[in-house]
Amino acid sequence: MPQTLDILQALRDFPILGRELRPGVPLVYLDSTATTQKPLAVLAAMDEFYRRSNANIHRGVHTLAEEATALYEGARQRVADFIHAPSARQVIFTRNATESINLVAYTWARANLKAGDLVILTEMEHHSNLVPWHMLAAERGVDLDFIPVTDDGLLDLDAYRLLLERGPKLVAFAHMSNVLGTINPAAEMVRLAHEAGAVALLDGAQSVPHLPVDVQALDADFLAFSAHKMLGPTGIGALYGRQELLEAMPPFLGGGDMIKSVKLRSFAPNSLPHKFEAGTPAIAEAAGFAAAVEYLAHLGMEAVADYEHKLIAYALERLEEIPGVKVFGPAADRKGGVASFTLEGVHPHDVAQILDRDGIAVRAGHHCAQPLHEKFGIPATTRASFYIYNTEADVDKLVDGIYKVKKIFG
Amino acid sequence: MDDLYRDQIIDRYKNPHHRGRLDPHDIRFEDDNPLCGDHIEVTLRLDGEGKVTEAAFDGRGCAISQAAADLLMESVVGSSLDDVKALDKQHLLDLLGIDLGPVRLKCALLSLKALKAGVYGLGEASDDLVE
Repeated sequence: MPQTLDILQALRDFPILGRELRPGVPLVYLDSTATTQKPLAVLAAMDEFYRRSNANIHRGVHTLAEEATALYEGARQRVADFIHAPSARQVIFTRNATESINLVAYTWARANLKAGDLVILTEMEHHSNLVPWHMLAAERGVDLDFIPVTDDGLLDLDAYRLLLERGPKLVAFAHMSNVLGTINPAAEMVRLAHEAGAVALLDGAQSVPHLPVDVQALDADFLAFSAHKMLGPTGIGALYGRQELLEAMPPFLGGGDMIKSVKLRSFAPNSLPHKFEAGTPAIAEAAGFAAAVEYLAHLGMEAVADYEHKLIAYALERLEEIPGVKVFGPAADRKGGVASFTLEGVHPHDVAQILDRDGIAVRAGHHCAQPLHEKFGIPATTRASFYIYNTEADVDKLVDGIYKVKKIFG
Repeated sequence: MDDLYRDQIIDRYKNPHHRGRLDPHDIRFEDDNPLCGDHIEVTLRLDGEGKVTEAAFDGRGCAISQAAADLLMESVVGSSLDDVKALDKQHLLDLLGIDLGPVRLKCALLSLKALKAGVYGLGEASDDLVE
């Protein structure tokens, strides 16, 4: 396993990175927190499925159905191995991390929580880990409370300990913030949650793509993540769950494949993981997902995290030297490859739009974390985010672009 | 530089002619674009025949949204309320003199939505007003 990334090889593996947006303006893609680009291996895996093996999975006995089923279940095994799940049966394929969290909210939570029960979230959550709980609170009278974020973008763990004294039933939090880049101390937070008798759900949408994640070492009860944020296709994600929790949970969506038997007036649910997968799933996308985790596993997640760490340290150093730029979140040693910033006197939309003229793709807005932006008293930020195919040269182009913005608005 | 940040737009953003709040006013409407945190308030004064004598906007937003609001306020002075009701997105694009993609179009149209919702006396600004 390589200890440092072969960045030139990585660049060759992503055809889109060779694109010029306009003549002489190459793409500089700094929006991987929203979605990553896809390597050839992922594109080929999906193409190959449709060219050679396309069929519906399970129960078919013809050759293509056997191949498609083997491919789909093989993908589940590869994803399970990637997060060190004890068994592939504990990995449910969903549409994305959002659906994974909703699955827990609609099944486990509605079966186990009642009015007055406490769910602890944090102030840095993505809307995907807020709104499902708002909906549950409105429907069931469940209480929500929030671990505060400090001024330097970390979770206030003393406040967390105090919240735990109130006996929460669930603690659900982002392993890594999609705005601040903060890497939260997940293992410690899960341990504290368990000591308080709570179930712990990790939103791994940002951590699984960027850090080594081992669900057994973290002792997580649930982990939600999306393929498209880790080199895979859109339309597929996963929920890992502790086996006894998944076994006891009622099914989520009803339909084909999630049943053992159906009578006119009743059904018996299928066993894990199929109990939670109603209808024909995203089969080609599962093939792409498997290729994506293989690609990352080949690079080695330690090497990925190390490479991104060096890149964000360089980016913070360069950004902070620009007068008027304020970067939100902790220092480089506590965060992943995300730099959300404001530029004094210029709206993030204008920053992003002017950068786009030079081919630099960044995101502007609240990045689906409106409460977090309110906390910092800003309506929006510009966010540059990095992945394995970015280089220090990309950071330099970003910095040059910001100086250009300053000149225009000067 | 490029079309979007032509001198007119940057100049209107930095030195708006119609920024502020008219007090008293005959028509007022406030609106938000929660996606980007933009906020706008439009106030109008009318004469005895119901024509706009003064128009002002206040709020925060990107250069496109603020320049669009300023140009829009300027364009409606002297108009009847029926004229204002008839304004569409092409009117704003003509004022700005640029083409906009679907994302930035929302920024530009925020002020027109607020203006028309105010003139129609609606409780809420709907996208239908500017389609």
